[in-house]
Order: sequence, then C-alpha cells, then structure tokens
Amino acid sequence: MADSTAASTADSHGHDSHGGHPADPSKRDMLELMASAGAAIFGASIVWPLVASMNPAADVLALSSVEVDLTPIQPGQGIVVSWQGKPIFVRHRTPEEIKSAKDVKLNELNDPQADAARVKAGHDEWLVLIGICTHLGCIPLGNKPADVRGEFGGYFCPCHGSVYDTSGRIRRGPAPKNLDVPQYAFVTDSKIKIG
Amino acid sequence: MAGLHKSEFANPVINWVDTRLPIFTMMQKEYGVFPTPKNFNYFWNFGALAMVCLMVMILTGIFLAMNYQPNTELAFASVQHIMRDVNYGWLIRYVHQNGASMFFIVTYIHIFRGLYYGSYKSPRELLWMLGVVILLLMMATAFMGYVLPWGQMSYWGATVITNLFSAFPVVGKHIVTLLWGGFSVDQPTLNRFFALHYLLPFVLIGVIFLHVAALHIVGSNNPLGIDVKSPQDTVPFHPYYTIKDSVGICVFLMIWAGFVCFAPNFLGDPNNFIPANPLQTPADIVPEWYFLPYYAILRSVPNKLLGVCLMFGSLLLLLVLPWLDTSRVRSARFRPIYRKVIWVWILSFVVLGVCGAHKPEGIWVILSRVATLYYFAHLLVVLPILGKIERPLPLPESISNPVVVRSGLIAALVAAFFGLQAMQPARAESAEIRLPEQKWSFDGAFGTPDMAAAQRGFKVYSEVCAACHAMQYLHYRDLAGIGLSAEQIKAFAASVTVPQGLNDEGMPKEGPGTPASQFRSPFPNDVAARAANNGALPPDLSLIANAREGGADYIYGLMIGFADPPKDMKMQSGMNYNIYFPGHQIAMPQPLRDGQVTYTDGSPTNLAQMAKDVSTFLYWAANPEETERKQIGFRAILYLGFMACVTYALKRKVWAAVH
Ligand code: FES
Repeated sequence: MADSTAASTADSHGHDSHGGHPADPSKRDMLELMASAGAAIFGASIVWPLVASMNPAADVLALSSVEVDLTPIQPGQGIVVSWQGKPIFVRHRTPEEIKSAKDVKLNELNDPQADAARVKAGHDEWLVLIGICTHLGCIPLGNKPADVRGEFGGYFCPCHGSVYDTSGRIRRGPAPKNLDVPQYAFVTDSKIKIG
Repeated sequence: MAGLHKSEFANPVINWVDTRLPIFTMMQKEYGVFPTPKNFNYFWNFGALAMVCLMVMILTGIFLAMNYQPNTELAFASVQHIMRDVNYGWLIRYVHQNGASMFFIVTYIHIFRGLYYGSYKSPRELLWMLGVVILLLMMATAFMGYVLPWGQMSYWGATVITNLFSAFPVVGKHIVTLLWGGFSVDQPTLNRFFALHYLLPFVLIGVIFLHVAALHIVGSNNPLGIDVKSPQDTVPFHPYYTIKDSVGICVFLMIWAGFVCFAPNFLGDPNNFIPANPLQTPADIVPEWYFLPYYAILRSVPNKLLGVCLMFGSLLLLLVLPWLDTSRVRSARFRPIYRKVIWVWILSFVVLGVCGAHKPEGIWVILSRVATLYYFAHLLVVLPILGKIERPLPLPESISNPVVVRSGLIAALVAAFFGLQAMQPARAESAEIRLPEQKWSFDGAFGTPDMAAAQRGFKVYSEVCAACHAMQYLHYRDLAGIGLSAEQIKAFAASVTVPQGLNDEGMPKEGPGTPASQFRSPFPNDVAARAANNGALPPDLSLIANAREGGADYIYGLMIGFADPPKDMKMQSGMNYNIYFPGHQIAMPQPLRDGQVTYTDGSPTNLAQMAKDVSTFLYWAANPEETERKQIGFRAILYLGFMACVTYALKRKVWAAVH
C-alpha cells in the first residue's frame, strides 16, 4: 500500500526517478518487513527489562531463614513468626488434637492428605503452617487457644468462613486447599529453622 | 444525526470507532497524508528524537518510581537498591540518568535548527514560544530529577538553585522558604520535588501537544525558509518522513546505548556518589552540563540580583525573539551576515558552557563576561539592526529539491561533542595531582574486572580495610559477582558476626551472618566511627571507586602514596603524608604494607600487588553490573546498527521516486 502511495506521488508530481533505477517493489517489501519486524523485536526488548523489574528484587529473593525456639510454647498454644513477610503458625498440639487429626478418613477430606505428611516424623506435636487462607489470603483465627477455632478445633477464617482442622486441612467453606506447610527442619528437638 | 463522522476506513471495527470518534481519520490526516515540505534535511529529525526521549524518560521514570523512596534517610540507599538488586534496575536507571542529557542535546539541536532556518518567524511565533515554554519545563523537571538521588551534588545543586530566588528583594526570602517547606533543603523539599518531578512530564506532554497542534496549523518550515507554494513542494508525511525519522532514531538510540553501557557516568559527577551531607559543600560544585551556560551567565556578574535577572533573562528573551529579529527572510542561507553571526552566538553559548565548568577565576571570568555580553547584544542589538541593514540574497521561486546540509549537521554534532568534552576538565584540573595510571582489567569496551584479582582484593578488604571502613550497600550474596561459589559465600558469611535485630528482651542481638546479610560494619554508627578515628569518619567503600575523580587509579595511588612529608611541609598532628591525596594530609595511616595479607593463590603479596587487587575489588563493588552492562551494550549497538542500515536502505527506496 505504501508502495502505491510512493508511486502515485511520484506520478502526480511529475517526477521520475532520474537515478535510473525505479524502486524494486519486492526488495522494498522485504525491507519493510525487516524494518517492522526489527522494530517489534526492539519494542519487546524494551518491555522485557521493564516488566522484569517488577518481579522480586535480589534482596527479596535472598531473604534469610528464621530460627524458632519451641521451648516456651505450651501444649494447646501457638505462636506466629514472620518469614518472608508471611505469618507462620507454630502450634504445639495436644494429644487429643493429634488424635483427631490422625483419625479422619482421607475420603472425608476436600484436599486429601494424611496428617503424617504434614508434620515431621517423631515431632507429631508440632504443627508448622503458613497462616494464609488458601481462599483469598486472610489470616485464619485459631492459633491462640482463646481464638475461635471452628467446628474441627483447628482454624477458622473470618473472611468467608473457611474451616480448617487440627492438621490445617480444609474441611468446610470456600477455600480450595489445605494450609501450606513451609519448608522447615528441626535443628534440635526444641528448635526449628524455617526456610 | 448531528456530528457522526463519515469514516473512509474499510475495516468495519475501525470504521465503527472512527464514525463515533474520528481518531483514525485524525491520525491519517496529521501523520499519514499530512503534506510536508519535501526538502527537509536531517536537522528535521530532532523533533521526533525529542519525542522519543520524552517517551523513554516517562516509561523508565515510572518504573524507577516503583522502587525509589523520597525520604532523606532512604533516598540514596533506594537508588543503590535499584542499581544492585532490582532486576535490570541499573539499566533502567542509567537509561533515565543519561536520558536527561540526551533529551537536552536533542532539544538544543532542535532549537538551533529553528534559529538557523528562522522557524520562529511569522506565522510560527506561537509555535516557537510554546517551544520555549517546553524548554523551561524541561529544565525544571531535570533539575528536580537531579535532586532525587540525594547525593552531594543533588543536595547542593538544590540549595544553590532554590537560593537563586532569594535574590529578589522583599519576597525572595519567603519564596525560598516556600520552595523548601522549611529553613533548609530537607525532607519536605525532597518529597515535593519528587511529586513535581513526576507531575511535570505530563504537563510537558500537554504543552508538546499544543506545540505539535500549532505546527500542524501553520505547517513546517524548511531549509529554504520559503512558503510551500504548491502540492508539488510537499510529500505525505508517511512514508517519507516516518522512514526518515526512523533512520535518525536508530542512530540516536545507538549513541544513547553507547553512553548507557560504556560510559554511564561520563556526564555525571563523582560527588553524587557521596550521600548528601548538609554540613559540607563539595570542593567543586558544578551543575549538569546542560545548565552550565546559564550558570556562567549568573556568575559573570558580580551582583546577586543582576546575575539572577540576566540568567532568567537569557531564557525569557527567547520568548520575544520573533519580534527582536526584524528580518523577514527566514533561512540563514539567504542572510549573508546573519549566517555568520548566528555561529558567533552559538560560540558564545558554548564558551559560556565551558566557562561554567571552570572555577570563576582569571581568564574564565573575562571570557564569560565577553560571552555574556555577546549573548545579549546578539539578541537585543544585532538582530534588530541586522534586519534593517542586511541585504538578503534572492530567494528561490519554489522548493525544488531536498536541501542536503550534511557538512553543517556534522559540524554541529562535532561541535556538540567537543562542547561536552570541554565541559569536563573542570574537575580534573582542580585535582592538580597526576595519579599513577594503571592498566586495569576492566578498561575499555571489552574489559571486565579480573575475578581472581577481585577475590584477592576482597581478602585485603576483609582483613585490613574492614577494620575501619563499612561497605553498607553490599551483601555477602553479591560476592557471587566476583566468582565465589554459593558454598564459599555461605561459609564466609557464617564466619562473620552480624547484627540480627532484637532479642526477646528487646536488646540488639548478634549472630552468624547469612548470604543475605549486609557486609558487617566495623562501627555501629557514624558517631562511634568518628570517636574511634580521631574525629575523622572513614568513608563507606561501596561506591568509593565512583565517588573519587580517577576511580581505581586514585585508590591505587592512595595505597602506594604514603611517604615522609617534604621538609618544608607542616603536618597537622595525627595526619599522614600522601602523595596522591588532595592536600597531601590524610587522617588514615598507611593501611597496607608488604606481606600484610596471605594470598592462597600464590600471588606476590607486595604492596603494589595488594593495592591493585583491592582497587579492582572496590571498582567491582561500585560497578557490579559492569560485565552484563557491556554485553548488553554490544548487542544493543549491533542490533541498532543493523536496524539503521535496514531503515536507511528502505528510506532510499521510498525516496527514490522523489529524488
Ligand atoms: S479468605 Fe479465608 S475464607 Fe476467604
């Protein structure tokens, strides 16, 4: 199309190409294609770093791990520590809580997962969870004994009523999945390292 | 059916939109078929280039603002965070920083084009005046942007420029307090400058829209300065000028990429790598190069109010230029005398720029006075009279062929380049010390810091320098940049005790470091650091290689430059003599001696070797992105060069029918 404009301009203005070599249309099409493709690639290579700059920066990615001393936490109680800006629930479960978590049949669960897969072997009494509701990100209640814990004695999310059990598994309400377990390890019997 | 537009576009979607809101018709009319004189030379590229600058500046600026903190405590560190941690942060920041200079180069050439070809004359007076407003807005924006990194030059530039207003009697003091939001440049000032620096570019867009709208009413001037007489004098803007502008844009972006990737701080000032210190003014304080001519005018008059008035007047006079120039002939080609004096005027402007870069002493004062005199005489005396007495050459009947002014353009570009160069020596000159120049692994376009040397240098730093000097912008994880493995970094960090916030009793706690820890500071704060060092604060070394004229050569010189003072020199107590330190008296005792550090790789541990290694390490620490930057630079320049060739070939094809 641009070709015809050029030609018609030349005609209507009564010029001819006194250079002696009239524009070769196929070569010109080729050049046009290269120029527009080149501009598109260049545009993309400008957008790329700008978008990448919105991703987590090196300091955010490098956020260190935290160590938690478990000795002060009494059975039935829990504490919240901050890791990567997220609340981590560390709960000392009572024997009844452990039992109720273990006794549930997997087929009764929305997101089936055995309690054993959610705690460290030999440390059944310690439940460590990322305290973020898998529905839309509120922080569920229930870490402190005084909190509302919902009908399964675990956690209750006040935002839209998701109910979690004493293993942090979703039992009722709109949340699709169990509360996540962060990466952590026991450094000693009374100390864990998250991250 | 009032107002429905009859659209001629075939595509039904475009047609539907265009019928209701004829933006496509408008674009087609203003940028598609818009009749444009066919004899433009490459000077007519610079408007488009300025648009490119504005767009790039706004885009990069928005992304910088996402990570920048307009807080006097955090601003400097947040810029370092952008440079070191944010993905491609250094690229975005250097594009933005050098972009300011690019924008001014392009705009100054664009203005020169208008002056030379008389584009300000009837009927384009308003178009020109809007252009002057754009220049003023650009200056305000650039000035406030320069304050944001909150380095020494930012701070003192802000202080000096805002104090200009104090020259005005009675109201002056109040204006300055109003600008500051306090009694010195401080938090309120920085915060409002950030707000305004974000706002003004959008005001610029508005004024530029009016500038372009006015252009599309009166039409473009051209190198002959005569009116377009018939359609035969014009070509449609697209594809003729879209493709010609594209060639210019490719070449221009190549130059920009060259600055960004190979000399990102060439146009900057080492002092701005030092955080703002309201209690100490840097020894040589110079504004950015694009303000130097006005700065020289300000200093050429030994009277505060008059100096300020002349400085503002030098810009405001441009507003009435269309009426100062009494000649009706536009293009300098047909004005034999104007054609010469315009160059004298340009020369006076460049000379002013060079004077502005030097301390106002001796010859520079005289030169700047002469240049200031001509700057104003040209506008107020020469132009009005010249129009009356000059006999213009006969004007051509019509625009026949494109006017090629390659030599003029090249001359202007070369002049611009040397002008820029000439504005540099001011700082080197004040040093008056010849540094022992070394060959560095990172020299030149292909050079990258030698990893082994940097690792040895890190050993020197941590065993010697770290006893007094912090490097607060570095983290142990950054050491991957000098080739340490993840395990080595982990092990090293764990061997260092670093602060770890508060313990359960609320007291400061310490523990082994992790890769994410900041380099351990030898002192908890500046007061403690001063107390331990006879009142002298050992500077942070994170940026020292960029913060000192001479960079790595300077650090090297300082390390090897300790000696006995000359007989006739009176040393102050507690000071040490150093050949390469400005003033030769330095509080730091000689830190490095032969054999002080044990190298594991068998390199000699003499003073020269250790000095070279630690300089390499500190250079890397200040420019950790160097290797990646140069690689990206090569790719960008090769690619843009290729694109310049493609667009140029296409331009020849497109124009073949007209030439
Ligand atoms: S966020 Fe928890 S239920 Fe919706």
